Amino acid sequence: MPWVTRGLRSGVVTTRYPRRPDGYPGPWVGSVRPRTSPPGEVDSGLDLESLCPTGAIRWEDPVVTVDRGRCILCMRCVRERPDIFVADGEVEVAVLHPSALVSPGPGSDDERALATLRTDLLRRTRALRRSVHIRHVDAGSDGTEEWEIAALTNPVYDVQRLGIFFTASPRHADILLVTGAGSGAMTGPLVETYEAMPSPKVVVAAGTDALSGGMHAGSYATTGGVTASLPVDVLVPGSPPSPFSLLHGILLAVGIVADRSGGGKQHEG
Amino acid sequence: MRSPSPTVLGVEELPGRLAELLGSGGRLAGVFVDEAPDERLRLVVVGADAGGLSISAGYMARDDRHYPSLSAVTPAAAWYEREIQDLYGLSAEGGAPQEPLLLHLAPGSPRPRPGLGSHLEAAPAPGESAPGASRPGAAEIRSDDGQVPAEVTGPGVFTLSYGPVRSGVFESVGYLLETPGEDLPSVRARVHYKHRGIEAGFTGLDVGHGVLLAERVEGVASVAHAIAFCQAVETIAGVSPPSAAELSRLWHAEIERVANHLDSMLRHTEAAGQAVAYARLSFHREALMRIRAMASGHRFSRGVVVPGGVSGPPMCDPGELLRSLEKLREALEADLELLMSTPSFLDRLRRTGVIPCELAALYGALGPLGRGSGHGVDVRASRPYSAYERLGIRVSGARDEGDALARQHVRVEEIAESMRLAVVAAEKLRELATGSTPDWCLPIDPGITGEALGSVEAPQGELITWVRATGGRLRRVKPRSASFHNFALFSSAFPKDIFTDFAFVEGSFGISIAGVAG
Ligand code: SF4
Repeated sequence: MPWVTRGLRSGVVTTRYPRRPDGYPGPWVGSVRPRTSPPGEVDSGLDLESLCPTGAIRWEDPVVTVDRGRCILCMRCVRERPDIFVADGEVEVAVLHPSALVSPGPGSDDERALATLRTDLLRRTRALRRSVHIRHVDAGSDGTEEWEIAALTNPVYDVQRLGIFFTASPRHADILLVTGAGSGAMTGPLVETYEAMPSPKVVVAAGTDALSGGMHAGSYATTGGVTASLPVDVLVPGSPPSPFSLLHGILLAVGIVADRSGGGKQHEG
Repeated sequence: MRSPSPTVLGVEELPGRLAELLGSGGRLAGVFVDEAPDERLRLVVVGADAGGLSISAGYMARDDRHYPSLSAVTPAAAWYEREIQDLYGLSAEGGAPQEPLLLHLAPGSPRPRPGLGSHLEAAPAPGESAPGASRPGAAEIRSDDGQVPAEVTGPGVFTLSYGPVRSGVFESVGYLLETPGEDLPSVRARVHYKHRGIEAGFTGLDVGHGVLLAERVEGVASVAHAIAFCQAVETIAGVSPPSAAELSRLWHAEIERVANHLDSMLRHTEAAGQAVAYARLSFHREALMRIRAMASGHRFSRGVVVPGGVSGPPMCDPGELLRSLEKLREALEADLELLMSTPSFLDRLRRTGVIPCELAALYGALGPLGRGSGHGVDVRASRPYSAYERLGIRVSGARDEGDALARQHVRVEEIAESMRLAVVAAEKLRELATGSTPDWCLPIDPGITGEALGSVEAPQGELITWVRATGGRLRRVKPRSASFHNFALFSSAFPKDIFTDFAFVEGSFGISIAGVAG
């Protein structure tokens, strides 16, 4: 069987993430934020908001903020105003609350609220840390998120090594991984899938479309993201999020890694 | 590329026109509704023949809610009529009654009517609700899991509803299977679950934001959609993108094609239980996505194509780009060669999902689907754009078996040609990097007004995008994906197949549901 030897040809290609940072995320865009000198402040009123196709940029004199829950990483702001906006290759972008997606970051009140969310999530997912089953539902994606989720099973990410499996049946699922802007006709099937899952369950919304509707936010046919239909626990921005970001979101959901504002690792799996 | 300008007719003349076109060997490429510059309503029929694309615009009388059926002339028009019924509430007269396709709205709901001004809303049709309430809310859109009338009746026939939530990581789509057991006499695809109202979303955007939405119509073909949209905008603006930009566009488009063709093969190998082949091909696709990210900062090359050219030079060292590409090309070629000589794999595709050549011609099937059934349309060769003419494209001949295996063969050959083109383009981009700094983008007049059609060969087949703008704002954008056009043929692919073949038929069609549902 020639495929057997072919399979051995490339040696080990699997990333060592999350144990070690992967060398790959570098030249590409993971998140966009205002420059911090001083944090988010701009010296004059500017027509910055109209640069953005999704309303992710807010200007409240003198502070400019970017909401990554709306940002589709189009780079228009970075290209037009490199003095104000900057892009980086950050891939660990998943968070537990929409307020943590806004940069400059949340104030101390938000920090306290986040800590509560974190503890609550950890309590719910304690049992899932060694093996977790994911049910994916597309609620009106553009098709790219599905490719990136499917990539998690390729030999490079190979998520089975981390005890992460995809399942067809909602009855066996611990995590509901939702993509898409929340198309009206998918709301019913989406909620039914959620209800069919046993507790404890966690909802991960993957992609800017799922978080806010992205460019489809104002459409007659969408609910502007899935947060209106489901209690979302983990938010993964990106258009689409890269496989690393998706993996970060899943690991965050089961408490194996921490969110960015939460400091270092909280638990080893 | 030159965009054809519309021939103005009365709407009643359209069926005759269409019959004439088909009679002389042409095909129907698309039908859509738009407002004319004089604010009258027109039904636009895009045809194609050896001479290229042609546009016939049939003007409708004000307040008219009906037009003469085009599906009575060719079945290829049926899905377009259903779409128009759903989005505009206009119906075809003299054809068969039509099931909703994209939008299941309660009777009497207002229709979204992308691209139309207020004059139509001021005159609602009988049975439609009052003006003012111009758009349905998402809550009014029904998932319609209720009863759909059976098409096939007979002893022991039962109806199986499959989807919209799939078993596996796939886009949502529903299938209604009517079967007496193993055979599949009827398969009806239900695509409305994913309808996002894309076309209405374009209205009012400037062209810079418009291209971002175009990239999201059918995300896996972001580059193709962006090029088709920009072509139309550039035609309106009278701008030809600089040659360096054309090279870069071609490079990204060909890499995108390979990624999509590999997706079809991933589905096949997974369904056939070819675990090692699946792992190898998914590894190659990952390599491909990383090469794209290296060059553009985005794994789907988003943000590269902009009106007037591309957003900038490749983001990485062109020499490195070339090296990674050549390495991948070699590995891919070797694995595809082995795949195509693995009998247990080929057996699953042979005589599966047959679309006979006559049927493909009748529908004007596009892309690998058409080319696997004797219908060799390829925009890159017949109406060259970007740098295809300059680099020279070798189009592989059409095959006439019409089965999933024929489509697989077509894709394997196309991957080889796409990789060759990508390498040649990368070499040229490297030469550019050593010379003086070339232009990557030309300015587009911010107040452009006009209308034009762009067309490219997307991985799924011919894509045409209609753009109308006034004062720099988009009024109507109609992307007609090959996925939409081809998917109408899906239900014809099953007469000889059993349930276990479903995954192969679906994989070999290579449809993006987002591109169908809009
Ligand atoms: S990158 Fe694009 S979407 Fe994101 S904030 Fe900037 S302009 Fe808005």
